Amino acid sequence: MEFFKSLLMILLTSVLVNNYVLSRFLGICPFLGVSKKLNQAVGMGAAVIFVMCLATAATWPIQYFLLDKFELGYMRTIVFILVIAALVQLVEIILKRYFPALHASLGIYLPLITTNCAVLGVAINNINDGYNFVESMVNSLGVGLGFLLAMVLFAGVRSRLETARPPKAFEGLPITLISASIVALSFLGFAGIVDGIFG
Amino acid sequence: MTKMQNFLKGIIKENPVLVLVLGTCPTLAITTSVLNALGMGVAATVVLLCSNMAVSALRNVIPDKVRIPCYIVLIAGFVTIVEMIMHAFVPDLYESLGIFLSLIVVNCIILGRAEMYASKNKVLDSAIDALGMGIGFTLALFVMASIREAFGAGTWCGMEIPFAGDYSIMILTMAPGGFFVFGCLIALVNKITGKKHDKSNSGCAGCPSAKFCGKLVGENNTDEEEQK
Repeated sequence: MEFFKSLLMILLTSVLVNNYVLSRFLGICPFLGVSKKLNQAVGMGAAVIFVMCLATAATWPIQYFLLDKFELGYMRTIVFILVIAALVQLVEIILKRYFPALHASLGIYLPLITTNCAVLGVAINNINDGYNFVESMVNSLGVGLGFLLAMVLFAGVRSRLETARPPKAFEGLPITLISASIVALSFLGFAGIVDGIFG
Repeated sequence: MTKMQNFLKGIIKENPVLVLVLGTCPTLAITTSVLNALGMGVAATVVLLCSNMAVSALRNVIPDKVRIPCYIVLIAGFVTIVEMIMHAFVPDLYESLGIFLSLIVVNCIILGRAEMYASKNKVLDSAIDALGMGIGFTLALFVMASIREAFGAGTWCGMEIPFAGDYSIMILTMAPGGFFVFGCLIALVNKITGKKHDKSNSGCAGCPSAKFCGKLVGENNTDEEEQK
């Protein structure tokens, strides 16, 4: 029971409190770039969840069974980015060959994710926070869900922005950033919610 | 384009942060204090300089098909070197930059310059381009951090500012303040340069690496050639 409670705490923390996009500033580029339409936002979010879990499943064993064992900790950045990039390419090829329907809906987002700092960030953070394998997977899932949540919420806000008429200098990116600021403000309200529930 | 123009374009006309809107993640995350911003700027500039020179020197050796993975390996190598140096000599800064130091690898300014400039130009020109872009990045971070630290915490570079401390706006140092200040700064730059609102310039589509990193936003891939 304790075990599941701690997993649930990790999940809720990474979805709501430490939301990667809105409070830790990781993965801002896709957040601003692909959140114009709801269906694109959902597709991107789903692809990110998928790649994050996959990347963690690959990088965690590499860190503990390869890098730590042979004292190569300083190679982490190079190894992780290469593994993630290769993995994403491999998955794309496999999807294209065997699951064309899935590829049609997620495929176009995959190359975008290779150089997404949220994916590399979650892989490195899992190691820095000292999570074990199950915890790392749950954390990655939570971070991915948090990303999806932020994207979907923000897509809704942005569809309203299309018809709004801000001052000329604010048109486009500046007003988008300021709305992102307000969405981030609302996420500040979640601080302490996990301690409140489980405290 | 003379060498001087090449150097200056990164600082003003094509400022990577405020005009091209690249590298938003460290810009938003690191600028809570001026010292962090300067540290990040210098680290990224060093990596950019090394990677641009290496990519440029190897531009006839690297096969076209596998160029992106090659660039990533080169960049990751330089990032690791910078990380180790900072860990050894400025451990405090290393701690406070944390994960964003490793994430220089996926900063699109660096990969973008390698792809758009260094892979087509001579070593010296690439080095000048990298210096200009790096200094532009550092300056933008510095301005943004000054605003956030002065109004948010009432200090500047860790020094107390008289009066400001009594009226500090805490929220500016937190996440929403980052988005807000960044949005206002870009609006200010738009106002000063009188640049017409350009749809292609927002987010991923404005990133020069969007061209090779995804076929997603096919509608508006900005080419450097088009801008000239």
